[in-house]
This record gives sequence, structure tokens and C-alpha cells, in this order.
Amino acid sequence: MTDFETFLLDGRPVRFTRGQTILEAALAAGHYIPNLCHHPEFRPHGSCKLCTVKVNGRLGAACTVKAMPGQEVASDTPELNGTRRVLLQMLFVEGSHFCPGCEKSGACKLQALAYDLEMLTPHFEHFYPSRPIDASHPDVLIDFNRCIMCELCVRASREVDGKNVFALAGRGTASHVVINSASGKLVDTDFALSDKAAHVCPVGAILPKRVGFAVPIGERLYDVDSISTQAEKRVGEEV
Amino acid sequence: MFRLETAENPQTLRRIAIDPVTRVEGHGKVTLLMDDANHIHQVRLHIVEFRGFEVFIEGRPYWEVPVTVQRLCGICPVSHHLAAVKAMDLIAGFGPLPATAEKLRRLMHYGQIVQSHAVHFFHLASPDLLLGFDSEPTRRNIVGVAQDFPEIAKQGVLLRKFGQEAIRHTAGKRIHGTGAIPGGMNKGLTQAERDEMRRDIDQMIEWALGAVHMVAALHRTKPEFYNHFGEFESSMMGLVDADGALDFYHGGLRALAADGSTIFDHVDYGTYEEVLQEEAKSWSYMKFPHIRSLGAETGWYKVGPLARVQVASRLTTPLAEIERKKMMQLGGGKPVMGTLFYHWARLIEALHACELIRDLLDDPDILGKDLMADRGERRDEAVGVIEAPRGTLFHHYRVDENDQVTFCNLIVSTTNNNQAMNEAIRSVATKYLDGREVTEGLLNHIEVAIRAYDPCLSCATHALGQMPLEVDLVDADGTLVQRARRNMREAR
Ligand code: SF4
Ligand code: FES
Repeated sequence: MTDFETFLLDGRPVRFTRGQTILEAALAAGHYIPNLCHHPEFRPHGSCKLCTVKVNGRLGAACTVKAMPGQEVASDTPELNGTRRVLLQMLFVEGSHFCPGCEKSGACKLQALAYDLEMLTPHFEHFYPSRPIDASHPDVLIDFNRCIMCELCVRASREVDGKNVFALAGRGTASHVVINSASGKLVDTDFALSDKAAHVCPVGAILPKRVGFAVPIGERLYDVDSISTQAEKRVGEEV
Repeated sequence: MFRLETAENPQTLRRIAIDPVTRVEGHGKVTLLMDDANHIHQVRLHIVEFRGFEVFIEGRPYWEVPVTVQRLCGICPVSHHLAAVKAMDLIAGFGPLPATAEKLRRLMHYGQIVQSHAVHFFHLASPDLLLGFDSEPTRRNIVGVAQDFPEIAKQGVLLRKFGQEAIRHTAGKRIHGTGAIPGGMNKGLTQAERDEMRRDIDQMIEWALGAVHMVAALHRTKPEFYNHFGEFESSMMGLVDADGALDFYHGGLRALAADGSTIFDHVDYGTYEEVLQEEAKSWSYMKFPHIRSLGAETGWYKVGPLARVQVASRLTTPLAEIERKKMMQLGGGKPVMGTLFYHWARLIEALHACELIRDLLDDPDILGKDLMADRGERRDEAVGVIEAPRGTLFHHYRVDENDQVTFCNLIVSTTNNNQAMNEAIRSVATKYLDGREVTEGLLNHIEVAIRAYDPCLSCATHALGQMPLEVDLVDADGTLVQRARRNMREAR
């Protein structure tokens, strides 16, 4: 009989099955580790680094490091949370996250994490990017000013929809998501509202058109419970 | 040219700046040019604040606008929210709203009027009125009022709070909510929320009535002064319903001349450009609108409480209508024009809004669940107009086939009052300052006149150029010693 194996997360034992990442095992056990580019249906991406933990004293992304028996993992520490706040602040200033006017407000992972990790100010100077918004598609609006480059749309379009509508272009601070069509416009792709890629964006960059603010403030996803509380309530689900 | 707008020989004159004008929302300043004998040659209210809002909104999807546009101004966000959503109802192709949705929007709007009028009267105006225009300046504020008139200060705070609660229950938040969406409302009112407001509303009506009586009593102490302070003849404009009664939320445009005769009536506000025209002047960032048929010289007008209650044939609630009649009796058949009547009219409106709220709360529709209109043909252009606390507010948009805003024009209440405010301070300057040694108390008379309009200078200047800044260093005699300026067009 194969017993469950365990590792220690902030001193508490967490059971896992072989092959699970630290993040997967932690979430399945109802222990929240902040994460942004992770999505249970997609292979780990490891780009946002919000999930960074210390595994036996060494830094690693919980969404990519496999769980191993006997690991000692530190996550909810002032030091790591402080670094996570800095990462969030950089994401906020690098894009244009004008929450009050954004349909995703209250259901946005970036915003929810900022609340959860008590990010009080953006701290750094805003870049104020002015990226054009692509409203060419009849059903979906894209505002890349809000993109955090998690590449979930890229992955979803390629792996689930089999379409390859999005791609990452440029390098370093100039990297950005582009649309794979001759005109660079969404309308000239075979993208559809029913695509997986239309529904995976963790922020308000890819949104269905004409449904602004139908859900009142106070009743939105993270208005009810914080992102960490929600994760803790979802014990046992695939997350 | 307007009297006292531009002096003939400004180089030879002494300049006095009131900068910033205090106890108004936003940043404005007044300059006076006087000669050695203290005679006044030029008086101007300048606007030195700017928000590039129209540009900011262009390119955004239309359904975001009613929420984003509230950022235009932290003072009466609900007014912008509703004016924008009324335009977007049409853009998105929605037909008439279900009764519940419209009544909830009205409740939100009346809540905004109560809270805004309460803040203005109790916090911004009452120090002058209750303590005196030239009372000790360090005490001439809400703290001084709270010390000398604690009951009145308390009522002001609670009236404001009540208005905020009405907003919160309908918009989801006290400020910058999302309640109104193109086609209707995203949330209904619960029985508990209704009951909570219903429990307090009678008290609010009583306090609002008390405040009207207090201002009426103040007038009786010095009728000459109150009737004629900052008095000047002007046309007036406001929204009225089909019967000619004041309607804060929806109606046709009516303009009356100073003698009470009609200039236009029941004008569909969607065609506002046919009756109104906007003009820019080099010395202010606020535009000057006027009635097209009368021209720039004589076509300017007043909006806001004093205009509204007189433009309307009546108010639909009993207590407010009685008070309106009492005030208008002082005009002897013609509209009253003294600037301080604004306070009286504002409180009559606060009373009216409280009575309207009570009626809405007693209406079974308010708890209805049908919140969205049916959808029909999209439109590419629409205008939304509302009577904001400070006066008629216009939002005009064009939206392309991709749902992006391509054009936005806003005429905010304070802009509608631009010329009127300039006339008011010229009237006061001529009467109280001309030929006299200028003191702080006398300068405050000018500010009192501006404050009566409750101008919101931050949202009046949403349209032009770069952020202007001007700093004046003025010595004890009021002589300009030094001036630093940035991005100002010549503002002399
Ligand atoms: S558009 Fe959204 S899903 Fe795509 S990379 Fe940007 S943030 Fe991620
Ligand atoms: S969630 Fe692990 S790096 Fe983004």
C-alpha cells in the first residue's frame, strides 16, 4: 500500500502524489500560495514568479518545482511576501491598471493579489504605456495596456483551441503580446468568443464586449472572499 | 465686450489676486485690477486647473464610460455616471427603461443632490452666512459653525450621510459605484435597504425644511443686502418635465429671460447644439457657453438651483413648492436675481429631493426586479443630460462600429455658469470694493459670491491643452511682487 507522501509547508505537513508541483499539492490541500500565471489546465509557465517559495532554503517557483518527500517549504513569510509585493508593484506600473474603470475589477487576479498581499501604493513611477486597444473583433475587446504577459491566452489558443491567435514578441521591457494576423488585428484571425483563449485572461486585457458592469460591485468573485480564502475553501478540487 | 472684463490700460493698474478661492471645489482664482484711488477696472474669475478628460475617454469602449467618467470629478460622480449612462442607453440601442430601473436611478440621483447640497450649505456656505462675511477668518469655517451652532452642524453631517447612503444602496458604493449600466441597473434595492432609508427620511425632510426656514429668516434680518448682493440680470436654464415642473433626472430644456419670458421651451436636449454655443476665451480654461439665438454678448445664462426653481412652473412636492413660492414672492412677479438667493434655492431643492426620495421609497416599484430595458437598434451618437446639483450637465458621445468612443463633448454645470459667476463678482466688486481700501473681509465678499454658485472648478476644465499653473506673490498691500507661471496662455 502506497502511503501519501508529505512535505512541510510553513511547518504544516502537506500530502502530495508523485508528479505534483508544490503549488498544485498546496492548493489541493487548501493551502494558498500566491500565483498569477498558473492555471490548473495548462502546463506551468513559471514567468510571474509570484509563487516563489524557499525550498530547503533555496528560492524556486512553486508552480514548477516538483513536490518531494521531506521538503521544507517556506511561503508565507514577511520576506517572501515583501518580494511578492514588489513584483506586483512592478506589474502595476508597467501596465495601465485603472481599476475603477475596468470591467474585470473585483474579478481580477492581479487586483485580488494586491489586496491580499496588502500592496498599498504602486511605489514605482508609472510607465503609462499607451498601447492601442484592439476593438476590431465583433465580440471580444483587447486592451493590452492591462496585459501582464502571463501567456495564458497564447497557451490556450495553441493548446486548446488549436488556433495560435496570440504570440509573444519583442524582448525585455519591450516584450508584448501580438496577434497573429497580417493586419495584426483580431478581426482578421479565426478567434471566436467561444475559444478557451477568450476566457483565461487573469486580468482585464481580453474581455467579451458589451457586458460592462453587469455584476454589481460587492458581488464580484473576490468581493465575497479574498483570493487566498477562496483557495483555502477549495480543498480537494483540481486547482 | 462685457463691463469690467478687460481693463483699457492694465499696465498702470494694481493687481490683487485671490488665489486660490477657498471653500469651493477645485482650483480657481480671481484677479482685480485697481488704480491708485482703488477704482476697479477689471475683474476676472480664472480657472487654473485642467483635466484632459475628453481625450482620455476617446478610444475607450462605450460600456466603460459611465464608470470611468466618474473620475472626472470626485465631487458629484453620480451626476457624470448618470449623464453618461443616459447617452449610452441610446448608443447601445436600449428602449425605455423599466419603471424600477428608472426609479432606482432617480433615487441615486436625488441622493446625490441631498448630499451635495448639504455639503455645500453646511460645510462651505454656512460659515459666511451664520458667522458673517467679515468675521474672524480663522474661525470662519465649519469648525467655527460647529462651535456656535452645534445642532445645525450635526444636521448637515447627517443629511449628507443620508444622501450618501441612498447612493451606496443604488450604486453599490458611496463614491464611484457602478449601479447604472447601459439599458438599466445592475442591482435592485432590498427591502432592508428600503426600510433603513424610510426610517430616516421623515427626519431628513424636517431638517431640510428647517434649513430653508433658517435661510429665509437670515434674509429677513437684512432684506436689502440679501436681495441685492451680487445682483445682476440674466437668463436662466434648466430641465422641466412635460408639464413644466422641475425634473432633476430627465426632461426638456427651458430657458427664460431675466423678465421671466420664455426664450425656448421643451427643447429636446439631443439637439442642444442648435440652441447653445460654446466660446473659448484666452484668459480662462473654462469655456463660455451662450444661447445661440441671442449671441455671445447677451446670450449667457445661469443654471443650478436658483435658475432651476425659477425656470420650472412648479415643484411636484408640496413642502418644497410652498417654500419656492415664498422665495419667489420677493421678486414681485419677476425672477429674483440676487446671488445669495442661490443658497435659499439650493435648500429648497434639498427639501424637494428629500420629499422625492420619500415618495420613491413608498412606491412599490422601487423594490421591483425588472432592471433592464429591451435592446433595439444601436446608434452611433447620443446625448445624455441631467440636472446635476450645480446645474445642467451635458454628455455628448459618438461611438464607432467597433464600440469605441470617437468623440466626447462635456458641458458641465459650472461651465454653464461661467459668465454668470464673472458677472456676480463684478457686481460685488463694484458695490463693495470700488473706491475703498481692500481688506480681507471685503475680498471675502467676492469669494462669497463665487461660493454661492457652488462651482466645481475641477470638472469645469476638462478639455484643453496642458496643465496650467500660476503662482502669484502679493505683498500686504495686494501689490503683485512676483509671478511664476507654467503652460499658461496669456491670462491678463
Ligand atoms: S492578454 Fe491576458 S492572458 Fe494574454 S498574456 Fe496578457 S494577461 Fe495573459
Ligand atoms: S504562478 Fe508560478 S511563476 Fe507564475
